[in-house]
Amino acid sequence: MSKTLFDKVWDSHVVRKIEGGPDVFFIDRHLIHEVTSPVAFLGLKSRGLSVLYPERTFATADHNTPTINQHLPVADPLSANQLKQLEENANEFGIRHWGLGHQKNGIVHVVGPENGITLPGATIVCGDSHTSTHGAFGAIAFGIGTSEVEMVLTSQCIMQPKPKKMRINITGSLGKGVTPKDVALFIISKLTTSGATGYFVEYAGEVFEKMSMEGRMTVCNLSIEMGARGGMIAPDETTFNYIAGREFTPKGEAWDKAMEYWKTLKTDADAVFDMEYTFDGSSIEPMITYGTNPGMGMGISKAIPTAEEVEGGKATYEKSLGYMGFHEGEAMIGKPVDYVFVGSCTNGRIEDFRAFASLVKGRKKADNVVAWLVPGSHIVEAQIKEEGILDILTEAGFELRQPGCSACLAMNDDKVPAGKYAVSTSNRNFEGRQGPGARTMLASPLVAAAAAVTGVVTDPRTLIEEETLELA
Amino acid sequence: MAYDKFTILTSTAVPLPIENVDTDQIIPARFLKATKREGFGDNLFRDWRYNSDNTPKADFVLNDPTYKGKILVGGKNFGSGSSREHAAWAVYDYGFRAVVSSFFADIFKGNCLNIGVLPVQVSPEFLQKIFDAVYADPNTELEINLPEQTITLLATGEKESFDINSYKKDNMQNGFDDIDYLQNIKGEIQEFATQRPF
Repeated sequence: MSKTLFDKVWDSHVVRKIEGGPDVFFIDRHLIHEVTSPVAFLGLKSRGLSVLYPERTFATADHNTPTINQHLPVADPLSANQLKQLEENANEFGIRHWGLGHQKNGIVHVVGPENGITLPGATIVCGDSHTSTHGAFGAIAFGIGTSEVEMVLTSQCIMQPKPKKMRINITGSLGKGVTPKDVALFIISKLTTSGATGYFVEYAGEVFEKMSMEGRMTVCNLSIEMGARGGMIAPDETTFNYIAGREFTPKGEAWDKAMEYWKTLKTDADAVFDMEYTFDGSSIEPMITYGTNPGMGMGISKAIPTAEEVEGGKATYEKSLGYMGFHEGEAMIGKPVDYVFVGSCTNGRIEDFRAFASLVKGRKKADNVVAWLVPGSHIVEAQIKEEGILDILTEAGFELRQPGCSACLAMNDDKVPAGKYAVSTSNRNFEGRQGPGARTMLASPLVAAAAAVTGVVTDPRTLIEEETLELA
Repeated sequence: MAYDKFTILTSTAVPLPIENVDTDQIIPARFLKATKREGFGDNLFRDWRYNSDNTPKADFVLNDPTYKGKILVGGKNFGSGSSREHAAWAVYDYGFRAVVSSFFADIFKGNCLNIGVLPVQVSPEFLQKIFDAVYADPNTELEINLPEQTITLLATGEKESFDINSYKKDNMQNGFDDIDYLQNIKGEIQEFATQRPF
């Protein structure tokens, strides 16, 4: 029988099927962080259970870490306690731990791929909804709750009904200044924030075939924002070149054997999806969000839609625009910007900083803008320095912070003040997400750069010179 | 044995007719710093419920004594966003045992089922009937019958059935959780693990 990529990976991990219930689903690699794991360890201890395969779990601290002065003790006692608990739990159960200050520390969905923990055909879970990121490698990867973290620790399995299958095809090629982030925000604006709930998505078509691994990670990362449990892309030469030689990728004979398997990981020609969409890549503009969920996005040159033009209730729509201080029919270009945040598991990788630097190079940060540039990991931070990007940023009046989730969810001190406007490369523009009362506009690193140097929402295409296009 | 057993719940309801209620609204990230599962109900809907000086916002439903009960009724796409189980814990800790909506986000729904809060998905029309009935009479009671898989507006007898898979239904009725199940098949899992290439 013909199978999709998703079927092939899912079916090979089913330990047992329960009639009228979920599948007992085997997890190859499990990532944990300080916020969603402590209660899981507490549960293990209270039941007297052990960790079944400690070598299959990897711990990193990210959600709660400061992004300046990481060499000093963490000031917030609650944050410090969570970090300490993670370290103690990892030590007690024999789990590899990359804590604050460790050279491999960083955002969980950045360090997984860069260390070769993320592999094609693997199943990967983490107590974080953006685990969907790892689907970029042809893995099945998705976020789980803390009860499930406990299940994985003690049994390496969770109990999940198999989701339905959706394929999203983007044909053709992308225009000037249009990045993977714009592709994702475009798709979510079409499907809405719940349009893929109950589905697992495969992204296909020329645009994804030509996309870098980092771009693919950005797209798969945002799958959850349209309700999908995850998204994946068939592994190809781009994938294999990226993972080769990384610390936890198979080596030698094991690599050759894995490659044989990985090359089978593609959707069969006549496999059937429960739902399928096709969009033309050339119709996508640089995107920006105007509301309080990631589905409320628009082409940057367009006007904010009216309540009648969007799906959903008028009251909810008006509440959302009211929170943002925006009105139907207004242009987004020219809106004031107070903060710019570049980072997160969505856009905190080296290519994102290259793109940002390509546009701010030779320009100056606008005086009215506070910019937080936060690398996704120490490895990304080191690359930024090695490639000379830091010099470009410094020359343009920007500073680089230390790795972590930072202002994406504002658990640490990186909070956008109430009422202020932030252009953010992160993943959620929910009310208060970046700090109580903060107003978030989600966008690509290029749109963030354009805002950072002009001080207002600006179409990056008006600032891009022809020779820098390749970087975007 | 992980949580309370759930069979039949009869209660008044608290209406929250907003769509796309995300888990950052249910519990903002800055309240996720605890390392024990305690006290999350205090911060349920924190920024909708309290002003920045921690005084209650009079117009938010949880601060309105007219509405109370063990059933929270929300708009379409309830629980979207983050996978934080803290959102389900906050709902439970506040005192809710069931959430009714016309559509739930996947991870939130699963988290609720894993801790013994019943997510009840109804049609948009029935959801509107519930909102109308509760606004017309805040003392109106709903009955959620898990064995029968029905939800009933007791005043009028109008009812609708809801879906739940038989495994989860059995767990909810008996207060079992998935770890109980997984512990019993550990040998089978270990055998499976030996076949995995990485």
